[in-house]
Amino acid sequence: MSAMETIPFREVRQGMRARVVSVPEGPDMKRLREMGLNEGVEFSVAKVAPFGDTVEIRLLNYALCLRKRDAESIIVQPIPA
Amino acid sequence: MNPEPLVAIVGNPNAGKTSLFNSLTGSHQKVANYPGVTVERISATLQLEGQTVECLDIPGLYSLEAQSMDEQVAVDAVMGRGEERVPDLLVCVLNAANLERNLFLFSQVAEQGIPVVVALTMTDLLREDGKAIDAIKLSNLLGVDVIPVIGHRGQGVDLLKEAIARNLDDGRPPSPTVEHPAALEAEVTHLAERLARVGMDVSRDDIRRALRSEDDPFAARVAEIPEISAEFDRAREKLQAEGVFADHRIVADRYKWAGNITGQVIASGVSPRKWRSDRLDKVLTHRFFGLIIFATVMYGVFQAIYTFAGPMMDAIEGGIGWFGGLVGGLLEGQPMIQSLVVDGIIAGIGSVLVFLPQILILFALIAILEGTGYLARAAFLMDRLLGWCGLNGRAFIPLLSSFACAIPGIMAARVMPDPKSRLATILVAPLMSCSARLPVYILLIGAFIEPEFGAGWAGFALFAMHFLGLLVAVPVVLVLNKGIIKGRRLPFLLELPPYQWPRVRDVLLAMYFRGKVFLVTAGTIIFVMSIVIWGLSSFPRSAEAEARYEQEHSQMQTQVSLDSYVQQRQLEDSFLGRFGRTIEPVFIPAGYDWRITTAILCAFPAREVVVPSMGIMFAVGGEADEESVDLRKALDQATWPDGRKLMTPWTAVGLMVFFALCAQCMSTLATVKRETNSWGWPVFMFVYMSGLAYLLAVAIHQVGLRVGG
Repeated sequence: MSAMETIPFREVRQGMRARVVSVPEGPDMKRLREMGLNEGVEFSVAKVAPFGDTVEIRLLNYALCLRKRDAESIIVQPIPA
Repeated sequence: MNPEPLVAIVGNPNAGKTSLFNSLTGSHQKVANYPGVTVERISATLQLEGQTVECLDIPGLYSLEAQSMDEQVAVDAVMGRGEERVPDLLVCVLNAANLERNLFLFSQVAEQGIPVVVALTMTDLLREDGKAIDAIKLSNLLGVDVIPVIGHRGQGVDLLKEAIARNLDDGRPPSPTVEHPAALEAEVTHLAERLARVGMDVSRDDIRRALRSEDDPFAARVAEIPEISAEFDRAREKLQAEGVFADHRIVADRYKWAGNITGQVIASGVSPRKWRSDRLDKVLTHRFFGLIIFATVMYGVFQAIYTFAGPMMDAIEGGIGWFGGLVGGLLEGQPMIQSLVVDGIIAGIGSVLVFLPQILILFALIAILEGTGYLARAAFLMDRLLGWCGLNGRAFIPLLSSFACAIPGIMAARVMPDPKSRLATILVAPLMSCSARLPVYILLIGAFIEPEFGAGWAGFALFAMHFLGLLVAVPVVLVLNKGIIKGRRLPFLLELPPYQWPRVRDVLLAMYFRGKVFLVTAGTIIFVMSIVIWGLSSFPRSAEAEARYEQEHSQMQTQVSLDSYVQQRQLEDSFLGRFGRTIEPVFIPAGYDWRITTAILCAFPAREVVVPSMGIMFAVGGEADEESVDLRKALDQATWPDGRKLMTPWTAVGLMVFFALCAQCMSTLATVKRETNSWGWPVFMFVYMSGLAYLLAVAIHQVGLRVGG
């Protein structure tokens, strides 16, 4: 696996696989962490909802929908296919 | 003093918790509200061999650290804080197909100092992925009994009952799953000693929680003791500086543990999970076809309510009418008592029961959509659309429910963890066209739209009236979020469970409980208000006045029957009728005379009363329903004193819009008061809705006057 640049969560695209690099501190991030979105976790972007913004990601064997703008400051590293 | 042991069932949403609870306890469930909030407290008696225990179904949780009022109530129930009794045993439901995240919750549950039994669900789903889970190993690793169950088939339920009985006898709390940082433990030990010196015996968990959050109930108690409070503040500051409380430390530690356990008990090595839902989702959440299917499903829900509920509602009304006639016959000699019993009490019961078919059908459909997993997809599809005006995808569930009745809809707003979106949803939910508006639409469409424009337009008008509320809700929420509702918005998170067949038992129980809750909460208020309105519209009344009406009738050239005429004159001269005449000028700009005005006044407590009220006001009798040919004809032929036609299609549309938007429902306002825990919001709701209704009705009528028609 080649080292790749990191991107903010808001730039993820459908079909992408990525690993969480960093999650900022703050009360808004707490539930995301509790749902399993912690550093090191791998996820794939399964779908972007109609009209954009809401995305469905797969992590830890389940499907989670969240809004890009709620998670935009999370930094991820895309994993090449 | 309650001698029965208490068992609480806790677990993630979508872990099969409700199904399991239903399998354990059947239909002997008690639904009540938690004090202060209206999160439902569902409990039931669980019959074990040789003993009876109380079983509590706790709303699904992702974490024991609550982020909203509703979660707080659920968490309090787990911990036995506040008014709650401390459970003697916790049944923690773990979804095997999603074990890692479920174990995160377990690691918190394990620290409560209460014995735990694990019910392992969805093992069948895991098998479909080609994986297997070693329940015995899991049991050894967690140090608690682990019972695999398949709730809907009842598999493992007996074993689970045995495990519950065994652990109630001699169960011990599991050992904590994660080690707390040494710096924290040192402070906890120190504080425990300080507390012991002032005679307070407090568990280490309570101290940890109080250190972590000053909002914790125990922290609040500590704050009242100055010397202890100072110690807590010092410890908090020190730990904060060391970063001990950083969320990522605590959460990451638990997930590390959960990942480790998951790796040990699930035989993977097989390819990553094959999402059998993917093929369905390709179509159902497709950005184009998904929306079409969504609209079709919603239209189907709609049609089902109309076509299936209609005959049942007719049967209920027929039955009530028959019963009223029967009782009325027995009370022939005493007209006052006869009227109270037949027109007040029996009619009041009827006006409650008549909603039941629609509510049952709607909640059956919601339970099916929810059980299949489609409801979550619909929320996903709708999130952006609802997000634009400050709501989120989850608001779709309360809003859809409000199309049957705003009361369950407003109560369903508790599925929203974000208090700000929740309040906004509650405030616009009654704009959705509830089933009580339907008779008004049917009456007016049948009288003015269908004869003139045909069945096609009639159907469209009906659809448009239901769409109107949604349309109006958008600017309302925008304004609400702009400054009327204050507070922080929480991030929107939604889990998409795999598609499944809904369980018949769960659907039936959902219908049963929704129906019961409606009859008890809304039904009581509607019933009482029916009798109050009966009083206002029946008095003053005297034999002399009645003789006068009869005389007036005999001198008139009219086709109106004597009974209907007397009924009309009585309402006209009643408290309500007089008031209607007094405020007629207010409604003249909307094109309503005092007769319609009085009918509108009658309908403020409950809008469905408007149809019989119009029946009386237009002298066709209070038995008239929305299908009544006589009432339609009477409305069509009604004129102003100068001979102008009273109702044009424009006035009819204006009147429908008025009923679509006006806050004519005491039960809704009472529910909002309870849900928001303030009188301010229901008053606000009443003013904004009624004001909007009036302005739009006036606007439509005025346009009609100028366009002609």
